[in-house]
Amino acid sequence: MNSDRLTRVFLFASSLLILMIAAGIVFTLVRGSVPAFKTFGLRFIVADVWNPTTGRESYGALPFIAGTLITSVLALIICLPLAFSTSLFMAEYFRGTRIARILSSLVDLLAGIPSIVYGLWGFYTLRPLLISLGVSNQGFGIFTSSLILAIMIVPYATSLSTEIIAMVPDELKEAAYSLGATRREVIFNIILPSARSGIIASYILALGRALGETMAVTMLIGNSNVVPKGLFSTGNTMASIIANQFGEAGGLKLSSLIAIGLLLFAITAIVNSIGKFIINRFSK
Amino acid sequence: MAAATNPVLVDNISRRNLRNDLLKVSIIILSLITIIPIVFIIGKIIVNGISQINFNFFVQPSPDSLQAMTAIANNQTIPGGIANGITGTFLIVIVASLMAIPTGIMIGIYLYENQTSRYSDFVRNISEVLQGVPSIVLGIIAYMWIVKNITNGFSALAGSVALAIMMLPMIIRSTEETMKMIPNEIREAAFALGAPYHKVIFRVLIPSSFSGLSTGVLLSVSRILGETAPLMMTALGSAAINYNITKPTSAVPLLIWEFYNDPNMVKLVWSSSLFLMAFILTLNITSGRLAAKHKTGRKR
Repeated sequence: MNSDRLTRVFLFASSLLILMIAAGIVFTLVRGSVPAFKTFGLRFIVADVWNPTTGRESYGALPFIAGTLITSVLALIICLPLAFSTSLFMAEYFRGTRIARILSSLVDLLAGIPSIVYGLWGFYTLRPLLISLGVSNQGFGIFTSSLILAIMIVPYATSLSTEIIAMVPDELKEAAYSLGATRREVIFNIILPSARSGIIASYILALGRALGETMAVTMLIGNSNVVPKGLFSTGNTMASIIANQFGEAGGLKLSSLIAIGLLLFAITAIVNSIGKFIINRFSK
Repeated sequence: MAAATNPVLVDNISRRNLRNDLLKVSIIILSLITIIPIVFIIGKIIVNGISQINFNFFVQPSPDSLQAMTAIANNQTIPGGIANGITGTFLIVIVASLMAIPTGIMIGIYLYENQTSRYSDFVRNISEVLQGVPSIVLGIIAYMWIVKNITNGFSALAGSVALAIMMLPMIIRSTEETMKMIPNEIREAAFALGAPYHKVIFRVLIPSSFSGLSTGVLLSVSRILGETAPLMMTALGSAAINYNITKPTSAVPLLIWEFYNDPNMVKLVWSSSLFLMAFILTLNITSGRLAAKHKTGRKR
């Protein structure tokens, strides 16, 4: 075998490695969650009891699935007007100006802050603020977590939609302006329709980010293993129950936590694939 | 009727201008609201963190709860530092980089060399799926693979594996994008001179895309530096400085978590966060500079 062939084989082999890692991840998660699904069946997904008392062990994922979905979707709703305005600010109103660049690097800065630091800030600044505003008694809960998540996903929702808004051809906008349209009318009748699917995709990808966030949510959600009753009640998410209980877990509890990990993996993979699918269709 | 609902055709210029101005004002206000948190977060970290930063902070391992309590009672700064976290972070990140960077660059080159094949598309998709996997799930994976089967206990290596899987898709992607920017003539010239394939890769492709590759590497490192959750499940933490990759090891984010949970050491939370943030920001800025250089280099 000559050396060129060897190099080719070597490159190909390294590409196999990432497929093996992905397959290994799925295999490990599935195998680890078998005991939980064997004991509880598919009811595991819809059962809302999390009882680790020995002898009466019973685990269900519903409180955590609900917690994850509610916090993430609420975070996305809070993030929407902010990310939307910021991307219009940078890609339309102040495009190419110094102030847009400053705003853009500040938003990028948000992406560089570690989750645990967001958690600290949420705990020591945001939580007391919410208490003093009388929004909630203890400051922990779904709403506080969603608020911090919303700040965390702003850069992801903003960067892509800024790019896509900037890609709308100038000819289209100029044609509308020449017909006497105001800027607002150009935005709502020209820019948004032609950038719509790209903008939606960037929000879906931001949602995918929010679903898997762990530390900040763990520090703020209150960690009660029940289906949240309202916006200001405490709860728990899939990621934070794993972070909280994985260390001391064994047996059936460990398997249940891995099963939650498998469900979280599946949910994020589906959400991200939808986002990527829309982007790929958009770019064609 | 149809004409009346189409806003462009409604001939009421003062009302249209008013709505136009309202939108502009609300967009500016909402954009300003977006950047308020960043200013407050950074301000809070600096104001609260600076008082604990001194020489010892960088060279001594973290204090125990009792030492911290005595210091607070005597109104002194808390002794000790985060040296065990700093060395641990370096150990874990370096081992993760050693695993992820060569593999990631090789896979990226493979994808660049075989851009249109179906198999490459499949690999790209899998890599994108991997990029979206929550870090806590990778913590579970590293626990099951390394902690349970290889090191038989919590270890720095397990943390490195979790972080390496996080880095890999980012490096693959940035490598492929960087390679695409190399003019094909350079590659063809090397082949025309009869250079063997591996020499083209190591002497032509990698050197000529070096600054682009380092940008990708620095960015991926800065993304994993602050990871806490996967390390809690793998590297666990350690009060002493440790350089053995098969033993439990601390890391700066793990120390932040420990300080946060110990009422006596809460003051150290901010200085450790300040250190971590400064580290991450430096990497981000360096990679930004490199990327800018890379781009201007292309134009010339």
